[in-house]
Amino acid sequence: MADTTTRAKVRWGLLDLAVVVFALTPVLWIMSLSFKTPATLTDGKFIPREWTLENYRTIFATDQFVRALVNSIGIALIATSIAVVLGAMAAYAISRLDFPGKRMLIGVSLLIAMFPQVSLVSPLFEIERQLGLFDTWPGLILPYITFALPLAIYTLSAFFKQIPWDLEKAAKMDGATQGQAFRRVIAPLAAPGLFTTAILVFIFCWNDFLFAISLTSTERSRTVPVALSFFTGASQFEDPTGAICAAAVVITVPIILFVLFFQRRIVSGLTSGAVKG
Amino acid sequence: MADIVLDKVSKKFPDGTIAVRDVDLEIADGEFVILVGPSGCGKSTTLNMIAGLEDISSGELRIGGERVNDKAPRDRDIAMVFQSYALYPNMTVRENMAFPLRLAKLDKETITRKVEEAAKVLELTPLLDRKPANLSGGQRQRVAMGRAIVRQPKAFLMDEPLSNLDAKLRVQMRTVVSRLQKQLATTTVYVTHDQTEAMTLGDRVVIMRGGAIQQVGPPQELYDHPNNLFVAGFIGSPSMNFLTATVDEGRLRTALGDVPIGDRIRRELEGADAPRDLILGIRPEHFEDAELIDEETRRRGAEFTAPVDIVESMGSDKYVYLSVEGERATSAELEELAADAGAADFSGAGSNLVTRLSAESTVTEGEDRRVWFNLEKIHLFDPSDGRNLTLHEGRAAGALAD
Repeated sequence: MADTTTRAKVRWGLLDLAVVVFALTPVLWIMSLSFKTPATLTDGKFIPREWTLENYRTIFATDQFVRALVNSIGIALIATSIAVVLGAMAAYAISRLDFPGKRMLIGVSLLIAMFPQVSLVSPLFEIERQLGLFDTWPGLILPYITFALPLAIYTLSAFFKQIPWDLEKAAKMDGATQGQAFRRVIAPLAAPGLFTTAILVFIFCWNDFLFAISLTSTERSRTVPVALSFFTGASQFEDPTGAICAAAVVITVPIILFVLFFQRRIVSGLTSGAVKG
Repeated sequence: MADIVLDKVSKKFPDGTIAVRDVDLEIADGEFVILVGPSGCGKSTTLNMIAGLEDISSGELRIGGERVNDKAPRDRDIAMVFQSYALYPNMTVRENMAFPLRLAKLDKETITRKVEEAAKVLELTPLLDRKPANLSGGQRQRVAMGRAIVRQPKAFLMDEPLSNLDAKLRVQMRTVVSRLQKQLATTTVYVTHDQTEAMTLGDRVVIMRGGAIQQVGPPQELYDHPNNLFVAGFIGSPSMNFLTATVDEGRLRTALGDVPIGDRIRRELEGADAPRDLILGIRPEHFEDAELIDEETRRRGAEFTAPVDIVESMGSDKYVYLSVEGERATSAELEELAADAGAADFSGAGSNLVTRLSAESTVTEGEDRRVWFNLEKIHLFDPSDGRNLTLHEGRAAGALAD
């Protein structure tokens, strides 16, 4: 018996290792490249022969990257908070109330989620130019919210459905208004759902390239993924690979921080003990 | 403290089903009323309408003399205990109990004082700083009660509060609920599907079926003088025995032999549209081993011989199952009761009588035994509408009454 369990452990360990290696190798490779000097960039070695921070210095030397970073953080945070708040209200209504047009609302939001974004880029470009939103923060925040909302509504309504309805009735009997019941009883219980949704929406906004490249034209609102593509080397004839890698590492950091920060809040089984069973 | 009056209250759902039909009920101040019935009888809907969690389709609900049909639950000043307890898992026991007081915007000291008083009554003091997840079922149940009593509402509503507990704890909590209600003297409406709870707890019991009230009265009265077949079959454990009976030449032909009938019943049965076939009902304790009967008692009843199927000795008395010939009594009411008890598909040929005989009886399984039954305690029901024919001015008088 002991033998089989050890073997099972080894097998699982190898499998886990394979998955981790598969997932992390590209990231580690990028990190490795970001520390290499231009001369050793293409030597094919995983561990840099000469370590340098020159690439990081380069990207922070000009305003270009920092500006893009500020844009990215600002736009993603604003879009995330609006999408999560709106999504929470919509999801609560969907999971609790029976109102006319409910199925239609769910259907339309699913439709938006399915819609190929690339086919919307040209009309959006025209619309935003007419409205003067082109190359502004709201010009990106609005489409981000539109596409993040279905995601938010779906994730959140699943969470709200898990919360026993009796809790809300109890809150009402205890003298709470509908709003108080939501804020003081339901929302704290749905917190893990809110955080999960926030992470997903944030990553969606942070990673977007398509809208960002089509709907911006200057540093005023250009986000990091787009800024990366406009990178040039220190001189016109230099390959910017090292700088791009350094920038890629830098923009991964906020995501990791964001996830780590919220992961601690995602405590599963928070509703246990509310009702029997 | 207040009385609760339901005046022709009905509930119709948007899909057209009528869950509650013209319920008239007056609950006096401080009274403990039980709503009981099989699942789907409308008892929980009625409770939710009193609570304000369901709209009232028609009729009027008054609490303390004031019409509250359109008031939100928070403005009715009533507390409710849920079957699932519905404790707030993110709050400690103390916070759970303080929640209604904090919503009522009481000052901190009053809240602390009231929570501690309530905790003391329910013996929750050592648990005040725990989260619901770390409590046992019985403790959670007590916290749910604590949250209800802490703000001294006009009335308590309880929706099957004990049904999630195991059998032993349920009996224990039953006395807790009963004592608490007497102590606080607060009007209480209690919903249950368990007839034992209904019999033991309430001042008055309301039996519901299909959204309508069947009978309202003190438990003993419902037991002794059931209005109809449904009430008779629902109240009592083991339940009443039902047999078919045919009227023939001024007597009733039944599987227990011929049963004489008194003048009053005869007059009832004389009309042209009077039923020919009746259902005879008799409770298990109204049988006795014929050997143990004195002459005086013997004259008030009749005797029959039947094979003994099973003997269950309870110590204080014996449950004896007898097989008797003849068809099972059938009616819509009895089928509903059987379905509720989960016994719809469990019916042998002939019928089985459940009797409760004295512990001194020497009855053994397999033998044929002479058994006496009390004619003054039998009920006769009309199978078409379930009406109790032996009932006269609300009193059941047996088959022999003149």
